[in-house]
Amino acid sequence: MSGKDEAELSRLLRAAIAGDERAYADFLHRIAALVRGFARRKIVQGGVDPEDVVQETLLAIHVKRHTWRDNAPVLPWVYAIARFKLIDAFRRRGRRIEVEIDEIAETFAEPESETVSERDVNRALDSLSPAQRSVVSAVSVEGRSIGETAAKFGISETAVRVSLHRGLAAIAKRFGARRE
Amino acid sequence: MRTEDLIKALDADARSKALPLGAAWWLAAGAAMVIAAAVFWLTIGPRPDIAIAMHTMRFLSKFVFTIALSASAFALVHALSTPGASTRRAASWMIAAPLLVIVAVILELFAVPASDWGTRLVGTNMVICLTFIPLIGIGPLAVFLAVLRHGAPTRPVLAGAAAGLLAGGLAATFYAAHCFDDSPLFVGTWYTIAVAILAVLGALGGRLFVRW
Repeated sequence: MSGKDEAELSRLLRAAIAGDERAYADFLHRIAALVRGFARRKIVQGGVDPEDVVQETLLAIHVKRHTWRDNAPVLPWVYAIARFKLIDAFRRRGRRIEVEIDEIAETFAEPESETVSERDVNRALDSLSPAQRSVVSAVSVEGRSIGETAAKFGISETAVRVSLHRGLAAIAKRFGARRE
Repeated sequence: MRTEDLIKALDADARSKALPLGAAWWLAAGAAMVIAAAVFWLTIGPRPDIAIAMHTMRFLSKFVFTIALSASAFALVHALSTPGASTRRAASWMIAAPLLVIVAVILELFAVPASDWGTRLVGTNMVICLTFIPLIGIGPLAVFLAVLRHGAPTRPVLAGAAAGLLAGGLAATFYAAHCFDDSPLFVGTWYTIAVAILAVLGALGGRLFVRW
């Protein structure tokens, strides 16, 4: 986290908030790499997947980017959010492990049902309304543009934007809501 | 979903806008003042002799305490709702209001004979004070908790408590215009308890409602 990084990141975020999508993509990629390194360093024992922390942090950064003051440094802001999400992930995992012990009988009964670890964001995606879920999937997993998504579902671009925005906000909210 | 895919979705949503947090706090402060003023005027209102009272040091000192508390709590809650913002300076300003009250209490103890300390401390408005400061402050507290949800406090309970102190400072400023008990002995005791009630409610609200 050199001063050069800092200056570049605040330039990108400022441009992104002004509506520059290319700057925003660049910003998010860099932040993802930084947070991935941070999460991997902090998670020494299993249980929490560092990539889940990366994704939850990116979502939180996205829905809370209006809390960044454009004259303030970006990195302390990013790491404060990442730390908050990391602690959250540990807390959640602690509870989930207890749940798994309760359900151990079922696990013995059906050993095949164990699946590879699924991203938390995926699970949150499943909780969206069908319309929001299909729009978010089209833009993310299928990599379609707003225009292509609008054409695919036969709705306006504005409707796509609204569904996407609400869907992302709902996913982000779910992570917060799962604390006790 | 791969992180790469998530970034595509976030990027496509780059144009969505939300009210900047700083602006949200100022708007909330305005709205909270309107709510507090409305509740104050509809219930107890100012004391009838307020024009005369304004010429006394004791009456005016109450506003110095409550405004000092409001201003310092406003700065603190703003910092606490911004991730990565330094809270040290804002937190150290929180000492200002209690310090002013302590100095005033000491002066009062010198100015008034010991036999009067008890009556001044108990006053005549204790129950009204403990009722109306929380009552005037509860609406503003709800507004401030809503802004905390809009923000991103990494210590939600502490931020909620600070929001409670801000609501308390604001409510006490209005209440002070009603109350006849101007002695720092009264203010230092009952106002403090009333504001503490709001701080506890705020901490509770922070724990229950401020999630992100």
